[in-house]
Amino acid sequence: MRLETQPPVAADTPIGITLTINGQRRELQVAPWTTLLDLLRERLDLTGTKKGCDHGQCGACTVLVNGTRVNSCLTLAVMKDGAEITTVEGLASLGDRAGSNALHPIQEAFIEHDAFQCGYCTPGQLCSSVGLMNEGHAHTRDEIREAMSGNICRCGAYTNIVDAIEDVMQGGAR
Amino acid sequence: MTQTFSSTGRDTFVGTPRSRIDGPAKVTGLAKYAGEFAAPDLAYGYVVSSAIAKGRITAIDSAEAEAVPGVLKVLTHENRPRTAWRDKNFQDQVAPPGSPFRALYDDLIVFSGQPVALVVAADFETARYAASLVRVSYEAQEPGTDLRALRGTAYDPPYNREGIKPPPEPWGDADTAFGSAAIRVQGEYSLADEHHNPMEPHASTVVVEEDGTYTVYDKIQGVSNSHQYLTNVFGLKPDQVRVLNPYLGGGFGSGLRPQYQLFLAMLAAQELKRSVRVTLSRDQMWSFTYRSEALQTIALGAEPDGTLTALRHDAVQGTSQYEDYQEVVVNWSGVLYRCDNVALGYRLVKLDTPTPGDMRAPGAVTGVFAIETAMDELAYAAKLDPIALRLKNYAESDATAEGKPFGSKELRRCFELGSERFGWAKRNPEPRSTREGRELVGWGVATGIWESMMMQSSAIATLTPDGRLTVGNSTGDIGTGTYTILTQIAADTLGLPMDAVTAKLGDTRLPEAPVAGGSWTAASSGTAVMKACRNVGAQVFKLARAMENSPLANVDFDRAVFADGRIAVAGDPGRSVSLVEVLQAAGVDKVEAVEQAGPDQDFNKKYEAYTHSAIFAEVKVDEELGQVRVTRVVSAIAAGKVLNPKTARSQILGGVVMGIGSALEEESMLDHRIGRFMNHNLGEYHVPVNADIYDIDVIFVDEEDKANPLGVKGLGEIGIVGVAAAITNAVFHATGKRVRHLPITPDKLL
Repeated sequence: MRLETQPPVAADTPIGITLTINGQRRELQVAPWTTLLDLLRERLDLTGTKKGCDHGQCGACTVLVNGTRVNSCLTLAVMKDGAEITTVEGLASLGDRAGSNALHPIQEAFIEHDAFQCGYCTPGQLCSSVGLMNEGHAHTRDEIREAMSGNICRCGAYTNIVDAIEDVMQGGAR
Repeated sequence: MTQTFSSTGRDTFVGTPRSRIDGPAKVTGLAKYAGEFAAPDLAYGYVVSSAIAKGRITAIDSAEAEAVPGVLKVLTHENRPRTAWRDKNFQDQVAPPGSPFRALYDDLIVFSGQPVALVVAADFETARYAASLVRVSYEAQEPGTDLRALRGTAYDPPYNREGIKPPPEPWGDADTAFGSAAIRVQGEYSLADEHHNPMEPHASTVVVEEDGTYTVYDKIQGVSNSHQYLTNVFGLKPDQVRVLNPYLGGGFGSGLRPQYQLFLAMLAAQELKRSVRVTLSRDQMWSFTYRSEALQTIALGAEPDGTLTALRHDAVQGTSQYEDYQEVVVNWSGVLYRCDNVALGYRLVKLDTPTPGDMRAPGAVTGVFAIETAMDELAYAAKLDPIALRLKNYAESDATAEGKPFGSKELRRCFELGSERFGWAKRNPEPRSTREGRELVGWGVATGIWESMMMQSSAIATLTPDGRLTVGNSTGDIGTGTYTILTQIAADTLGLPMDAVTAKLGDTRLPEAPVAGGSWTAASSGTAVMKACRNVGAQVFKLARAMENSPLANVDFDRAVFADGRIAVAGDPGRSVSLVEVLQAAGVDKVEAVEQAGPDQDFNKKYEAYTHSAIFAEVKVDEELGQVRVTRVVSAIAAGKVLNPKTARSQILGGVVMGIGSALEEESMLDHRIGRFMNHNLGEYHVPVNADIYDIDVIFVDEEDKANPLGVKGLGEIGIVGVAAAITNAVFHATGKRVRHLPITPDKLL
């Protein structure tokens, strides 16, 4: 727990970065010790992204960084200067009907297949699902299950999550 | 869309699959949880946890922490503001007997990870950093956390925990009958210590309002419990504090009691006169409440035809030094099976850990695992099919309650439908008889059981002239789908579309309802909402009859039919009036009612109420790796009326998944030398992930029950009970190895 040495640069000295978050460009002054997750949740009031473990073990904090799924708790915000970040709040705008206030197909599929209960892991599951589809590696149920195993759902909605993803991958989302 | 007030009325929404009405909020990130509410000048508290499990704090040096820019306060037992101190002030609504834990109370350490200081700073990172600079010196004593080593100190709880039935007096003579039984099975069984680990860590945000009152967002399964706790501990008047929790990121029992982060957040907010949030870290989620291991012994004696002649089930379970936590572990054996000679025992051992707590189907998960594994052993010993053995000894009445009949029990049908769906008839009972590639295949079955309960609950219903109906109470939707079922019930009762109804929960300004637990919420809050809506309907009907040229003139209320937003006359549908017209004509701004609902005492005098299940599991075991995969589960559930098959199925799926975790993965490991759970993170405490879960099939068996007007019996717990036994039984069938100590990790099969 205890830091035995002083950090070389004061951890709370802000550094200027630019992030495009959900399509909106933001100039931010961020301390080096601030994670992308804490920046989103505590400074920008984007609390859709969840903190479940802060150790990269549960996946609740998953966001898309330049389209790739990333544990935002293991990512210092200053490392992502210039990046495009998509959180659950911005997923809808990635959908086919962007701008129409419609949900992203994966969001609709999660509702349709009841792919969540308490909802706390859901933003991470959703971003991870989109990341998985962007990667294009998973084609079968087994591959989806494997590639979604970084996102824990303690309510146990796994089979419904796989149903929802399969549905969207097959273009079947309503 | 037709719904009448008569009990035989048709349901439009109730009983049909409906998507969660809180779905859009949850998939867009708009649903806010306790640690996510903002407030001006919000300060952040970070907890410093004890490094020892037992002893005293000899000194706390917080100077270095206080010197960090941005740190506002370091609270310890030495400088904390005064609060109440008596046990009864700290005893929450579901506290077991004893002396509840009080954070920062004095220098005494009673469990590892006990909060010893709270560092409050202007931002989260500063608080976390400064917390690492608080130096705590201890005088440590040797902790006692080893249940096996301390078994000899077991005691009978001096006070029974409210709502928890102690074991019944023995009947017959189990020991003698066992001694002379033709077939005998006995063994020791245990389930590891488990932690709930909801995805949302416990958090409380205390907002200091301009008028000096507090708005508190607390991770709790029922806000009235936190409200009572805060008023009792901090000497606040009920209207000085409002507690909300519209969404809960998983509870499974961990949110039944107010936890220490609530106390610390309020303490800091009062001291600093500033809004404060305290969120626990994941490792701190191992510093309160857990499902404590129980050492169980079972002895079963039977006739050659499988008729049980002796049943003995004893359990010794850990509790803390300061509370006598109790759950029902052994009684289930006496409820499930008819036997003339039964002895059930339950004792506690004090350990230097936090007080254990209710975790999804508390006691039943533990006890039913043991008895249902032992029954499988008996089936093999008697060379009987395990289902046939269970049906042979099927209880038609509750022997633990003077032989009272069950209000309903469709367990037989669960076995029928479940085995048909699973293909049980094709099973070759011989262990190690089926192989698929490098894996051995096994099929196992077990019974599940949980109590069906209803609690005193109130609810409000408000109809406004725009045709909108708002219903609610203070209980929480912990992911179970309560918002949705209450909406269905309310819409049906007043014949409105679901989208005309708003359900509100988790706010102490709403009528009081108990914590969401025990699988009682649908029965309790559902009935209260239905009654409140009926009351509103009756009031609107009166207003309708009083209208000029009322189409309902001279009509008796029992002929009123509420459908399609109108009140019509039964058998004369031409005579009707819309609810909106009635309210507008009457010139009222709303019609409102608050109603109470509680258990039916007459029913409870006559009947005992349980939900049941039959669980079928298929496992595939790689003998070289010792790895078990649960490739197929069929869970057939008898739990009364199912209000929403879609969300209900999800509850059972979730129970099965947690049951798989319990059987194969979950184990909080204590290092007894230092009295600490060592694998306190989700990397080392394994819960099922997506790749661990294959096919799960849920069957709801029709069951008519009259314990409450809705006919529901509760679904939150039954899905997990018996799952671990079905898996251990399947593993035996696959491998010939009988695992009696969970979880079935590879080392136990190699």
